[in-house]
Amino acid sequence: MLQEEEDLSLTIAHIVQKLKGSRLYSQLERQAWVSLQKPEIKLESLKEDIKEFFKISGWEKKLQNAVYSELTVFPLPRHPAAPPEHLKEPLVYMRKAQRPVVEQKELLNKWNEMGTDEPDLSLFRPVYAPKDFLEVLINLRNPNYENGDHLNLKTHLGLIQVPLKVKYISELKEFFIELSLNTGQLGIDDATQVPPELFENEHVRLGQKVLAEQDSAAAQQYIRQGSPTALRAELWALILNVSNQPEDLLYYEQLKSNVIQHDLLVDSLIYKDVKLTASNDDYYFVFEDYLYQVLLCFSRDTSVLGHFAYNSASPPKSYIRGKLGMEDYAVFYPPNGVIPFHGFSMYVAPLCFLYHEPSKLYQIFREMYVRFFFRLHSISSHPSGIVSLCLLFETLLQTHLPQLFYHLREIGAQPLRISFKWMVRAFSGYLATDQLLLLWDRILGYNSLEILAVLAAAVFAFRAVNLMEVTSLAAAEAVLADLSTLKVMPLLQIFLFATIT
Amino acid sequence: MAGKVKWVTDIEKSVLINNFEKRGWVQVTENEDWNFYWMSVQTIRNVFSLEAGYRLSDDQIVNHFPNHYELTRKDLMVKNIKRYRKELEKEGSPLAEKDENGKYIYLDFVPVTFMLPADYNLFVEEFRKSPSSTWIMKPCGKAQGKGIFLINKLSQIKKWSRDSKTSSFVSQSSKEAYVISLYISNPLLIGGRKFDLRLYVYKLGFCRFCTVKYTPSTSELDNMFVHLTNVAIQKHGDDYNHIHGGKWTVSNLRLYLESTRGKEVTGKLFDEIHWIIVQSLKAVAPVMNNDKHCFECYGYDIIIDDKLKPWLIEVNASPSLTSSTANDRILKYNLINDTLNIAVPNGEIPDCKWNKSPPKEVLGNYEILYDEELAQNDGADRDLRNRSGPSIGLKGSRTRDTGKTALTTWK
Repeated sequence: MLQEEEDLSLTIAHIVQKLKGSRLYSQLERQAWVSLQKPEIKLESLKEDIKEFFKISGWEKKLQNAVYSELTVFPLPRHPAAPPEHLKEPLVYMRKAQRPVVEQKELLNKWNEMGTDEPDLSLFRPVYAPKDFLEVLINLRNPNYENGDHLNLKTHLGLIQVPLKVKYISELKEFFIELSLNTGQLGIDDATQVPPELFENEHVRLGQKVLAEQDSAAAQQYIRQGSPTALRAELWALILNVSNQPEDLLYYEQLKSNVIQHDLLVDSLIYKDVKLTASNDDYYFVFEDYLYQVLLCFSRDTSVLGHFAYNSASPPKSYIRGKLGMEDYAVFYPPNGVIPFHGFSMYVAPLCFLYHEPSKLYQIFREMYVRFFFRLHSISSHPSGIVSLCLLFETLLQTHLPQLFYHLREIGAQPLRISFKWMVRAFSGYLATDQLLLLWDRILGYNSLEILAVLAAAVFAFRAVNLMEVTSLAAAEAVLADLSTLKVMPLLQIFLFATIT
Repeated sequence: MAGKVKWVTDIEKSVLINNFEKRGWVQVTENEDWNFYWMSVQTIRNVFSLEAGYRLSDDQIVNHFPNHYELTRKDLMVKNIKRYRKELEKEGSPLAEKDENGKYIYLDFVPVTFMLPADYNLFVEEFRKSPSSTWIMKPCGKAQGKGIFLINKLSQIKKWSRDSKTSSFVSQSSKEAYVISLYISNPLLIGGRKFDLRLYVYKLGFCRFCTVKYTPSTSELDNMFVHLTNVAIQKHGDDYNHIHGGKWTVSNLRLYLESTRGKEVTGKLFDEIHWIIVQSLKAVAPVMNNDKHCFECYGYDIIIDDKLKPWLIEVNASPSLTSSTANDRILKYNLINDTLNIAVPNGEIPDCKWNKSPPKEVLGNYEILYDEELAQNDGADRDLRNRSGPSIGLKGSRTRDTGKTALTTWK
């Protein structure tokens, strides 16, 4: 008990510290001063009266949302004697697996040599595509873990060979309880044949109420059952605690002017990525220009560096010419510390359906990135990290569809080789947009990416019959090439709650 | 009743021919005994012209109405709608209600338009009322964006002035006639781009996108890629993409609008689009030949402005059957498929004495828009905007035939 209390006070102290430096703090301060003019505020009961004022005027709610927001990204408690790197990533062998500094320097050297005004895009191979990344993950090993030479029931036959803890299906059922068969869902119970009085109308009304209350935590709970299309933009903003303050607009304009004034080599990677992915997509080609805007600004946004406090990776550094290795002459490159990879623009593309105002779009994307997406391309032991997702996917498949799993393995079609790209992109570009948004609703609602692994397994389960017939990796890929007609919520429900386990 | 349907066409398009062949129909020539002729607009003129003395027998169907041009020629469409509005006004119909500025509340869905050179003086009067406005000149008889240009100064259309001494068009043949319409300079933009809606009376209508970002500055008036969204013109732009062809489905549009603007205004927008289509068909109903041997699939071009008001730009009688992308081919194939299912039910040799309305299963992706019979039975005050009523394909207004099956739908 004592340890928990200590942890709690540590957490509180940390959050107070964090919020004291925020704009909200100065706003609250200012509001408190202003309220002194009001007749209701009496000197004798100053503290209570101001608190009451905050409650009525909605400022208490804003503070609550801010605290909730901090809690969401706050890393798990740790031992006081642990070094600071432990906060980013507790497992030593995972830390060691980060892209080695030497390799980073090598990459940057290559870039520094290619300084032309109009880079020939064909020279820029994407720094890594998901396939390369998968190879790295496959080779991760825990040196302390002895697998044993002989096969037994517990042997993991998938590609991921690190013993991270992932949820069993019983735990998943509990975790995703709001997706169960008895609970109404958008994505299922709003289908045209279902009369809206049964669920949809009430759910919409509830959503409007949540928005009126401006309560982040309530919104997050609500959205587990899906968000009505008209309310989604606001709900996501509320959950991510993104508001439309003039300072945010100014910040965005500043980033934009940075884009205009200076080129970065990473810009070429962005151009290439957008041209190769979003521009060819039936849904997202319209937003090509918005994608450039957002991503070019994003790469210059140093506030993104803040997330490296809990990201296992570290931002790559660049060194002033001639001062290689001297930390005094190091800068982060690109300024936001994130090197875009092939398909990166697809994280932004679906958001264009919700936000047509560029600065809002930008803020939402940035928040989505530092909360969720970064975990999909960095190596960590976090339950929402890509390594855990891969392991979860493989475990689910091996445990609940063993025949399918063995069959695919036998023909050289390890399932993860097919599903990896879906998960890395959070299914963007693979599902129809309305389905994708329903899926991302749940990511926000559960504050976890595990649903991506569950969906991937559910897709395999859905196409199991066809997959049993194939005899090669290419044929398996073909069966799973087109996900655009899938309805995600029924698939998830059936897999979690209606499959015999 | 036995015997395969014999078909003829003078349009060599695979989406058509594949559909005929999959039904096991037999191809014949024009001179033989045919049941079904899918013809181009030129041919229909010949078939129905008085000189030809062509008579269609009861087991023959064609895919155009002889005077479809009442709807599909830009000048005639506008004339018919204007006439229709005046008639309603005379009758005292509530539909013809005007607001305090003299604008029709419910029937103002065509941008202000004049015929040139006939209405030149009227146009000048209107032009002078708002001299900073832009106008679009369109030749009456052409399609695919040919011959269209924008003007913002009277001098640019001196040629069409009736008084002009330099005019070489003293006697206008109908081919040289133009319409000039107020240009909608505040279109709704998505991703910074202008688009328009092409609805085939079909559930999966699509929107076409410009490949260049839209700017309202007058210097861009000559850049046809920015302003015109016909695929025929866009195809030659630098950024044209062959995978998606610059098109979006209407359901994408709906999702985007609901997410960014809200459900009610989006629903209202689509209701208004329904309304436009019904009203435009009603406007030409009296002048359309009610030929039992005809059916037609129209392509409605609609632009949405930034206040989410839809405007009818034009109606096409022979929407392009060329497919620019794989998705497009599928859409057009299905379009023809559903059209044929309705026009020639059960694949049997047509009998124009039939009086059946198409059963629901046959409709495919068509959605019924309006049933005139029901409307007449319910009384003249029936609120045509009420979509929840059971509406059935718009039929010939007086005789109850399977004459006009121009159905409008989208998802």
